[in-house]
Amino acid sequence: MKYLCLVYANENDLHSLPESPHDSECHAYASKAAERGMLIAGQALQPVATATTVRVRDGQATVTDGPFAETKEQLAGFYMIEARDLNEAIAFAEKIPPARVGSIEVRPVRELDV
Amino acid sequence: MPVPPVADIPSYVDALYRQQSGRVLATLIRLLGSFEAAEEALQEAFSAALKQWPRDGIPEKPRAWLISTGRFKAIDRIRQQQRHQQLLSQNGDEARVTSELDLEETDYIEDDSLRLMFTCCHPALSEHARVALTLREICGLTTEAVASAFLTQPSTLAQRIVRAKRKIKDANIPYEVPQGAALAARLDAVLQVIYLVFNEGYSASTGNRLLRPDLMAEAIRLGRLVANLLDEPEVKGLLSLMLFQASRRRARTDHNGDLIRLHDQDRRLWDQGMINEADELVKIALASGRVGPYSLQAAIAGVHATAANAEATDWDEILGLYNVLLRIQDTPVIRLNRSVAIAKTRGVEAALAEIEQLMLTGELDGYHLLHATRGHYLEQLKRDEDALHCYREALKNTQQSSEQQFLRQRIHRLLMGKNDE
Repeated sequence: MKYLCLVYANENDLHSLPESPHDSECHAYASKAAERGMLIAGQALQPVATATTVRVRDGQATVTDGPFAETKEQLAGFYMIEARDLNEAIAFAEKIPPARVGSIEVRPVRELDV
Repeated sequence: MPVPPVADIPSYVDALYRQQSGRVLATLIRLLGSFEAAEEALQEAFSAALKQWPRDGIPEKPRAWLISTGRFKAIDRIRQQQRHQQLLSQNGDEARVTSELDLEETDYIEDDSLRLMFTCCHPALSEHARVALTLREICGLTTEAVASAFLTQPSTLAQRIVRAKRKIKDANIPYEVPQGAALAARLDAVLQVIYLVFNEGYSASTGNRLLRPDLMAEAIRLGRLVANLLDEPEVKGLLSLMLFQASRRRARTDHNGDLIRLHDQDRRLWDQGMINEADELVKIALASGRVGPYSLQAAIAGVHATAANAEATDWDEILGLYNVLLRIQDTPVIRLNRSVAIAKTRGVEAALAEIEQLMLTGELDGYHLLHATRGHYLEQLKRDEDALHCYREALKNTQQSSEQQFLRQRIHRLLMGKNDE
């Protein structure tokens, strides 16, 4: 079963706390998960200041600056994984390095009904 | 259960449902792989029993009969669905279920209940949902009974349960007892649910008794279930703690349902059988060398339970245990309870100082026992005005009728100038 692990953190703290992970640690964790065949995709994201939001209403697209909603913690990255069940997904999420400074939302993937 | 005459079979099946449905369900969930299928199968198995047993007699192993009947009803259903969809090749599902059924596994496997317990108490579910699911699925209480236990509407509760089951299915929360490092954390969640159920029963044992199921007994039953299957000191500690507290049940209230404080209880009413069992359990837990908060609280309850009378209570021992407990779990409630041991060993003024220190945090502002305990110390120090103020504050913060009654009596006594301490 596929799960998306969404990494949320306060962008100001993400790289500045004693517990903050270095890129090399995140890279190593993702590589290890890929070797085990667990990782489908994973990326870190640029800060929300770079975000652009697109909406289409009545056929008209509007483009605005910034994220969909202002929040205390921002989406900083994601891991799409294949796990046996929620327990395995949680065990994976617990070891995602930025979990130490932010939080990981674990969401099961919904297969489209087609 | 003894086998009844034919005319009594419906009530026999009723009693069986009450006692065994949780276990039958647990095994069916393992065999069928889903809550929904297992619940339908459970209902069908019991209604089949109601039809067939008066005619054919009660089978030798009723529980095994119910499990195998339930699983065959489930296969029937899958086959019927397949007939509806004959053009589609749907052999996969049937092959999976029947191959599992070929294994002769109709006997109830105790582990199934434990596995289900870990599913129902999974930390990914809300605390409300965990408690409701546990009572509904493992204890086999009806939705109405669980709703009345928690003073909610049956429809609200039913919805909560449906949502929780949907999450179990959609997020794929497994039916398993976690292994290794994960076990300790998950076990905490299980024990927490059991203790919540117990406390709900303990504090409500004087109110609206007719409507509410016996949650204390259910919690002890769950505690035994886990203790029988999992050799962990804290499980024994919690079971011991619940037994010590339950042993005082008959002595806790007078004939009006009013609360009697531990100090004033008639110790002859304490259940000695429970105390002995609890005492053995806590000794094993403490000897394990892995002492946790439940075991320590049980040990404290044990010092009370084994004292010949209130005056003979070893308060130094109790204070020592609280000090160890604080090192593991420093919470305001534990500090509040510890203040009683301070009052008995170092004097009421020291205890009052401790409470006033605690009040600075503001964490227990709405907790009636903080104010009631403080009032009690002030009353002992003859500061009646201040004590009155505390009791009134406590009264504002509790909805329990027996607590309210107790506080009103204290207030009345003080107003009458009968400070008897």
